[in-house]
Amino acid sequence: MKSKLLTAVLGLSIAGLAAGTASAQTLETVKDRGMLRCGVNTGLPGFASQNDQGEWQGLDVDYCKAVAAAVFGDASKVQYSPLSAVQRFPALQNNEIDLLARNTTWTMDRDTTLGLAFAGVNYYDGQGFMVKNDLGVNSALELSGATVCVQSGTTTELNLADYFRVNNMEYNPVVIESQSDVNSAYDSGRCDVLTTDASGLAASRLEMANPDNHTILPEIISKEPLGPAVRQGDDQWLNIVQWTHFALLDAEELGVTMDNVDEMMESENPEIRRLLGQDKNFGEAVGLSADWAANVIKAVGNYGEIFERNIGVNTPLKIQRGQNALWTDGGLQYGMPIR
Amino acid sequence: MSVETQPMPRESGSSWLTNPTVRSIVIQVSLIVALVAFTWWIIDNTARNLAAANIASGFGFLWSRAGFDIAITPIPYTSNDTYGHAIIVAIINTLIVASTGIALATILGFIVGIGRLSRNFLIRMLSTVYVETFRNIPPLLVILFWYFGVLSVLSGPRGVEENVFGVYLTNRGLQIPSLIFEALAYASVFAFVIGVAGAIYLARRNKKIQLATGERKPTLWPTVGLVVGLPILAFLLTGLPATLEYPTANRFNLAGGFQVRPEYIALWLALSIYTGAFIAEIVRAGILSVSKGQNEAASALGLKRGHALRLVVVPQAFRVIIPPLTSQYLNLTKNSSLGLAIGYPELVAVGSTVLNQSGQSIEIVVIWMTVYLTISISVSIFMNWFNAKMALVER
Repeated sequence: MKSKLLTAVLGLSIAGLAAGTASAQTLETVKDRGMLRCGVNTGLPGFASQNDQGEWQGLDVDYCKAVAAAVFGDASKVQYSPLSAVQRFPALQNNEIDLLARNTTWTMDRDTTLGLAFAGVNYYDGQGFMVKNDLGVNSALELSGATVCVQSGTTTELNLADYFRVNNMEYNPVVIESQSDVNSAYDSGRCDVLTTDASGLAASRLEMANPDNHTILPEIISKEPLGPAVRQGDDQWLNIVQWTHFALLDAEELGVTMDNVDEMMESENPEIRRLLGQDKNFGEAVGLSADWAANVIKAVGNYGEIFERNIGVNTPLKIQRGQNALWTDGGLQYGMPIR
Repeated sequence: MSVETQPMPRESGSSWLTNPTVRSIVIQVSLIVALVAFTWWIIDNTARNLAAANIASGFGFLWSRAGFDIAITPIPYTSNDTYGHAIIVAIINTLIVASTGIALATILGFIVGIGRLSRNFLIRMLSTVYVETFRNIPPLLVILFWYFGVLSVLSGPRGVEENVFGVYLTNRGLQIPSLIFEALAYASVFAFVIGVAGAIYLARRNKKIQLATGERKPTLWPTVGLVVGLPILAFLLTGLPATLEYPTANRFNLAGGFQVRPEYIALWLALSIYTGAFIAEIVRAGILSVSKGQNEAASALGLKRGHALRLVVVPQAFRVIIPPLTSQYLNLTKNSSLGLAIGYPELVAVGSTVLNQSGQSIEIVVIWMTVYLTISISVSIFMNWFNAKMALVER
């Protein structure tokens, strides 16, 4: 079934490449359609997954909503396309989606040869390992000879190969296409070790029969800056996604939240006035309204609110801000100034 | 249409417009031109759009470093090798599972197909249940059944009880001792080659004798002796030039010995059992297609039922069996791409990894299609040759 789906997608992608033309007018197309088409993960708790009512939620999903709010002033105008790791790039290349917000690592190769442009980093991640407690493993360097479950076609698979080779360790890879199948193979005992991005491990642990039996090892073996991506060649659309991300960060830095955004409209602080479009229409230059950022914050809150709501310490994932704290708190998240 | 097919009186002075030869040439040439132009348009358009979208194209990526590991590597491969090398490993994996699958499916199919015509009620019923069950289940489910339903629920390799044979079946697969050969073992290989050559000679000589005199010389046991006995004799005479390596438990797994991975076992069994059901029906149809008179004539000659089947019925049934058998072999080969679902590193699985790592979707699809087409055409050519050989020779 999977392979048929894959073949269908690839077939479509070829047909799409043959028939379509590179569009530089994504904003126009999205506005005409009245819907933002957003590619998300097929199911990664905290980043993109469906709740009991079938509604999408998660950090990446909130980025889709944020961009929809910036364009339409209405965060509900999003059509979600759940995509596997293999499907995601062809889907963006062929105009099947307008925005890819699917925990995708920003690498040079992807940025330069796939016709993609990354708009920023909405989550600084790194690859880790999870093992069962009864193995008594405390460090990834003790894993020589282990069987490792990994998702195919990811940067994870490459880092894994590099890490074991560099450290002169051997391993047996078990490579499966969908992350949920990878998780169930690990849970059933086919593998000793599960590896993916540390955030993904936290999410996967929740799906195990007994989450407390698994430990995430301390080693982080790679840099995985995850971020939203758009098609290359449409600078206006890239700017919209980029500045939506910066606006979310600036809002957190300035203390503008979902609840107080209306009061903040009256603020005397010039930075807040510029962010909320009270002094000058910054949105105009990219085809948006003056209050685009205010709409974004009203819909999804600032970056900190998105983080805490979906993956923070009070959620089942219990992820600390760490590197994803604002630069003012010693993290890496830094919103470019709106002025 | 009707105008074209009407016989035209070829009078002198009739226009070339109405000349059927000229017409057919014109139609065929313009069809070819249209087809070439259409293909060229698609290729050109694709290339132009790829360039416009800043997507790299071409097959140069096959020579860059792959960076990922493959679970089953019949030929040496590390993550430092190239994408092209990875795809070759994948093609070999596809061929391994396809050829071993074809072998098992054929054996199963013939046994069950003949079993369906058995006079024994139990054998007949079991064969029918097998055929009707597996013919009506999608192959993917059969694969998932073996992988998740049978092999995954086996116990893990830790704390497995040691046994003297060194054979372990765990959820990591089948682990058996491996033979490590020394240099003198080539004598046994040489003996095997001589044995096979001898067996072929013997078979030809016996056939000649039978054609000339009607006398049937024993063939089976001398053949076994030559092919199996001779290498074993050579092996013993050279002083057992091999050692057994037993699997031993390490911290995580059983290491050493020879490992057959559960992904392979699941895919191999599932494809064989699934395709075997179809082959069984083909065999049954083939046998039923041989007229009853042939059977009666054979028993009138005093042939036993086994002999009648082997010497009279099956050779004639083969003419009916081979063409649909070919398409089952092709189906099995193509269904091996379902290995993707359980992580068997065959062509589609490794290809989609390469696709995602390199982003070269169109090139990978072209490689997939070319390889499957080549395999299928090769199987077809072989089976057509075999079919021509088995066809009734009219004397």
